[in-house]
Amino acid sequence: MTDNPAGKKAKSLPFATDFKTLGPAIALLLLCVIGFSLNSAFLSEGNITNLLTRSAFIGIIAVGATFVITSGGIDLSVGSMAAVIAGVMIITMNMLVPITGTGITTVLIGCAISVVLGLGAGLVNGLLTTKGKIEAFIVTLGTMGIFRSLVTYFADGGTLSLDYGIRGTYRPVYYDSFMGLPIPVWVFISVAIIGWVLLNRTAFGRYCTAIGSNEAVAKYSAIKVDRIKTWTYVIQGICVALATIIYVPRLGSASSSTGVLWELEAIAAVIIGGTVLKGGYGRIGGTILGALILTTIGNILNFTDMISNYLNGTMQGLIIITAVWLQRGNFGRKKEKKA
Amino acid sequence: MKAPKSLFAAALTGAMMLAGTALAADKIKIGVSYPTPTHAWAAGMNWHAEKAEERLEALYPDVDLILVNSPDPSQQASAIEDLVSVHQIDALVVLPFESEPLTDPVLNAKKSGAMITVVDRGLSQPGIEDIYVAGNNPEMGRVSAEYMKSRLKSGDNIVILRGIPTIIDNERFDAFMEGIKDTGINVLDHKHANWNRDDGFEVMQDFLSRFPDIDAVWAQDDDIAIGVVAALKQAGRDGNGMFVVGGAGMKETIKGVMDGNELVPVDVLYPPAMIATAMDVTVAAFKSNGPVAGRYILGATLITKDNAKDFYFPDSPF
Repeated sequence: MTDNPAGKKAKSLPFATDFKTLGPAIALLLLCVIGFSLNSAFLSEGNITNLLTRSAFIGIIAVGATFVITSGGIDLSVGSMAAVIAGVMIITMNMLVPITGTGITTVLIGCAISVVLGLGAGLVNGLLTTKGKIEAFIVTLGTMGIFRSLVTYFADGGTLSLDYGIRGTYRPVYYDSFMGLPIPVWVFISVAIIGWVLLNRTAFGRYCTAIGSNEAVAKYSAIKVDRIKTWTYVIQGICVALATIIYVPRLGSASSSTGVLWELEAIAAVIIGGTVLKGGYGRIGGTILGALILTTIGNILNFTDMISNYLNGTMQGLIIITAVWLQRGNFGRKKEKKA
Repeated sequence: MKAPKSLFAAALTGAMMLAGTALAADKIKIGVSYPTPTHAWAAGMNWHAEKAEERLEALYPDVDLILVNSPDPSQQASAIEDLVSVHQIDALVVLPFESEPLTDPVLNAKKSGAMITVVDRGLSQPGIEDIYVAGNNPEMGRVSAEYMKSRLKSGDNIVILRGIPTIIDNERFDAFMEGIKDTGINVLDHKHANWNRDDGFEVMQDFLSRFPDIDAVWAQDDDIAIGVVAALKQAGRDGNGMFVVGGAGMKETIKGVMDGNELVPVDVLYPPAMIATAMDVTVAAFKSNGPVAGRYILGATLITKDNAKDFYFPDSPF
């Protein structure tokens, strides 16, 4: 209902490239207007805080995915990776209770393990893709299955639950606020800033873009293609580990249904944000907006009973497609002629 | 040199096969086919199936139960074919992944002469199974509604968190709505939380932002209820007699009911142990001196502080 007027506007705008960067922002703004018109509680402080905190998981993972996708790769294993890291964290922390108690030490060791696992998993994905010369799609499809079945195995098909004592210590990491913003949001902001600097202000970021637009040329330009590409998967792994660290204290549990389809949500956030799926162009700011858009859609659907429950998926799909279409605007028309 | 050796080998295999069939003829072979545990309830079911296997095989040395789990409907169909052709089972206990795709494989098993016990989800063609064992989804909705009625009065507000959009979910939901009809209890809204903790948490957060006055939550499932409770606690709205009704019989929830948890005071049973019941009944068909064929519909018992210990299995993964 809202896409028609916006679409017309896109065609009449003279500054098409501006519209391209503004696309996701406009889509988010439209969603907020819809949300507010449904119920004014949408813009209440509590709801906004919930929204931002929820976006943090997908958002942090999507920042990592921006690097992978910009350099022409793809990582389908992130959801399963988050689940298995959460599972191993919980098992380790529970095992540590008799040794290091339920204090902050145990939590810190748990977090350290999470980062090490994320780094390791990313390295495996990266090396198999670059040194192993296997398509990233296949490598990460494989590790997706491996990680998912490992968490099922560790949990004996059931659910792994964090010890109640540790949960008390760890809980503030999700539920507490610092200067009015919940801790996960701060982590999200930090990751976003570091990601932005890394992609836009460093040689590494430029190499990622160069490899994504033409790997052969990048290689002839003396860019260490394999090393850079491996690093993008490692960054992705670390992002997953960070997201897991703030996810675990929420419900203190992990099961085989943890993180299902997060990989698709992360990729969707990246693409909605304007990064090109086949690589060569990446935008961290867009990715953040993309993650916010995805979470807001779910939130709005919970705020209304006008649409049949069974059509939630349809609405989500339509809004995602509209958001990307908005952002392409008539920019896409010019480019396609050239291609 | 080579020929006599392979001849010997062939003879040996032949002898072993003969012995094998002779042995098989003595044993009552029962195949048990069910989905691979990928969520907590199914893990509980797997645990109960393994326990029942140990118990029944110890009780009846001539009964051989063969447990097979499959990750999707087509692999389950293959597993059933193997049970029939390789193991030559006398009976099949099957919890179908989906009704439609498994109807034919089960029908073929029946044609081989095996007795058929269907668990939980029915087949799409009537009259194939000799025994049907199932939980009671409508009853689960009805019992939950009864409890809500006993605690709430006209004008009180509830929200409902549903499962994954399926027949099972519809049966529970429709029976619940029927149960609270004409009581004056307002259902503010109902959303799917997909029998999942994370979704339960998020949907409940949104309900709490949207509705300032909620008196009770029907979460329909223990996993969803865990997410709901976390959201209530975060918002500080878990006091004032607010309560959550889940369902299924998760051990942590039942432990909570035993300990007098006020926020989740009861649970409604949808037992993962139903596969064990089905195995018991199937074995009884060979061992009992009375008729066993028929329909066994398990109760959706309201688990309260008084009876919780009967449903508490601390070793089960669910």
